[in-house]
Amino acid sequence: MDFASIFNVSTLLNTFNTATIVILAGLGCLMTDQAGMMNIGIDGMMTAGAFAAVMGSWLCGSWVMGLVFALAVGLLFGLFYGVFVIRFKSDEFIIGVALNIFAVAITTFILRSIPGQTGSFHPATGAVVKMPSIDLGFIAGTRVNLSVMVPLSWLLVLLCWVMLYRTPLGFWLHASGEHPESLRSVGRSPERMKFLGATLCGLFCGLSGAYLSISYLSTFTENMSASRGYVAVACVIFGRSNPPLVFLAALLFSLIDAVGQRLQGVVDPTLTSTFPYLGTILMMVLLALRNQAKKKRAA
Amino acid sequence: MPGSEENTIVSFRHVSMQFPGVLANDDVSLDIRRGEVFALVGENGAGKSTLMNILYGMNAPTSGEVWVKGRRVESFSPRDAIDRGIGMVHQHFKLVPSFTVAQNIVLNCEPRRGIFYDFAAARKTVEKLVDEYGLQVNPGDRVEDISVGLQQRVEILKTFHRGADVLILDEPTAVLTPKETDELFSVIRSIVREKQMTVIIITHKLYEVMAISDRVGVMRQGRLVAVKETKEVDERILASLMVGKEVLLSALPHPDDHDDTVAVEVRDLTVKDNRGLLAVRGLSLKVERGEILGIVGIEGNGQSELIEAITGLRPIESGQIFIQGKDTRGLTPGKIRALGLAHVPEDRLSTGVSAKADITDNVVVGKEKTPEFSVAGIHMKRGAMKRYAQKLYEQFDIRGAGIDAQAGELSGGNMQKVVVAREFSYDTPVLIISQPTRGVDIGAMDFIHQQIMQKRNRSCAILLVSADLDELYRLSDRLVTIYEGRLTGEFTPGSIPKTEISYYMTGGGREEKK
Repeated sequence: MDFASIFNVSTLLNTFNTATIVILAGLGCLMTDQAGMMNIGIDGMMTAGAFAAVMGSWLCGSWVMGLVFALAVGLLFGLFYGVFVIRFKSDEFIIGVALNIFAVAITTFILRSIPGQTGSFHPATGAVVKMPSIDLGFIAGTRVNLSVMVPLSWLLVLLCWVMLYRTPLGFWLHASGEHPESLRSVGRSPERMKFLGATLCGLFCGLSGAYLSISYLSTFTENMSASRGYVAVACVIFGRSNPPLVFLAALLFSLIDAVGQRLQGVVDPTLTSTFPYLGTILMMVLLALRNQAKKKRAA
Repeated sequence: MPGSEENTIVSFRHVSMQFPGVLANDDVSLDIRRGEVFALVGENGAGKSTLMNILYGMNAPTSGEVWVKGRRVESFSPRDAIDRGIGMVHQHFKLVPSFTVAQNIVLNCEPRRGIFYDFAAARKTVEKLVDEYGLQVNPGDRVEDISVGLQQRVEILKTFHRGADVLILDEPTAVLTPKETDELFSVIRSIVREKQMTVIIITHKLYEVMAISDRVGVMRQGRLVAVKETKEVDERILASLMVGKEVLLSALPHPDDHDDTVAVEVRDLTVKDNRGLLAVRGLSLKVERGEILGIVGIEGNGQSELIEAITGLRPIESGQIFIQGKDTRGLTPGKIRALGLAHVPEDRLSTGVSAKADITDNVVVGKEKTPEFSVAGIHMKRGAMKRYAQKLYEQFDIRGAGIDAQAGELSGGNMQKVVVAREFSYDTPVLIISQPTRGVDIGAMDFIHQQIMQKRNRSCAILLVSADLDELYRLSDRLVTIYEGRLTGEFTPGSIPKTEISYYMTGGGREEKK
């Protein structure tokens, strides 16, 4: 096992592919975070989106419909979260957990009520149509095939950054989280901005789920998000809700993940599968150290 | 329109506001004239802020009418109020801390280029406002990095930017240093004179009413009890109108019978502030039983850190603190309290009460494990707790919606009474009291002062920190001035005029002593 067999084009490609899941979910999570809500229901929203995408793609035989289904379900989850957290002032943590549990349960239930399906979705008739991908040919001897969602997610990172830090709308969204009364006193409803945040969160999570199930893979398996929603939450905290920083955090996480997969030949795979989560913990430790260093510098 | 006078700009007509359990405004009729400074005074909970919140559209009145510039107000929202030219600077600023000054000033009416925020235009807008009104701010500074006085300017500029010609200031000087207050007042005078603005100022401080206002309205228990030309009244008249009793702030007797036992001793104490800078630099003091030692200084000169060190809330760098003769080093705040200390903290909302707990829990806490209120510290005796809370509620004249209401719903003065009721009922030999009457009305202030004096006369050793010189003069047996973490002078109130004290508060005494 040498260096080149761990860090090669294939590892890098893998990193970008995995990162896209986390980047899209992270964009969703940071929308609620900017609006002052800690949404830990990201994972559930992704799961629901992934399932909806597979269903849409399979039923209509089109990846576009898969995407539409996923966005619609994401929107629904976002609105649900918004209604309970903003309108009824429920505990955002509990609603988030409820969404996660509900999403796994409802998708598993529907999946198993389709004849012949258990655990994962393998249709007898028809097929799950995948999103298109771009063939970049061979790079250093590796065939590079990139989903359109990968560059699109990068574009979305940029757009989100512009929206949040360069437009009044982004300012209002942030103000509704940091100091809602400041917004109210100048005549704009912070609740509406929070709703916008929750809605955008749902859409991005739906998108993340769709990428996961009809691009990254082409099937749905029970609990298929594999807790990447939580990783996205960690990336948002690590990246202070700033899209480019969240993007970098997601890449870092995915690199650890990809390297872990490379090492599966030499190390026990059950150990390598803990890498992403160890990475998350490591990131949190780094964050804590950085904050402490900042405090010391200030002093 | 109603209101016979031609230059009436705002008119309240029989306005009443009913909140759950409280009639906050009771049939208030009031005309504000164009271009005047109108002071609205009254005790806490008298309904001043409620009335102004109605004008600013934060609440719609339960009944009655509001007229602005000859038009009846139909819809109540801040947005509509802003459109009518009403601007309000709240007691707690409505600024986004991480945004710049410019971002805050133009919030919700941002200059744009296409869909984008126009940074250059925003900066120019603010610079123009600064020139026009003479209120210096730096548009690029982050609000979280600037002083409270500057933040207030940002708030004022924010209302001007929105075209306000009626400016409501809710307790504007509560957070300001004397110098900042002077600056604010000169700004008010100039905008009234040069821009024909109308200013409504809510305040507790009667000398400010006398200094700045043309007319004054007095509110009591939701009703407007008097409207006077300021030059026709004096502080005594206003005070008696506010409380409905004869003037209360008379001198308090200080019977001289204290024993010489030292209850609190601080030796060469140094303490760091949150930023890690030295806030208390080698400070020593003693408080004997039966005396009140007042500490006077401009905020931020180490008073808060000193109190936190004594009460164990902040680690000390060097030096020693003795409570009842025992070294407190290494003790937790709880153990220091057990040595016989009670503490009325400076910030009642964040550290004085648990805002979401009810009044019963707030006054019982600290005693909850005693046999009086629990069986073996496990089963709470709710009945006994409630009877006890009710007793204190009445004894300390707390006015609110009863002992089951959340402490956070009380007005500032009544919340403070809850803190005082709890801390004083521990019956400790040492009391550390910080800003006991900040933002508290005269009635509650006098009541709290009486309670403090009673404690003193029962041989309590009291360390009192306050930003209110009158309060310190009234209560203290001895006064020390603090400047940059050191004591700069010791006085007996009465032996030195108040004007001269400020010399020591700004570091004047140090050079002479060297």
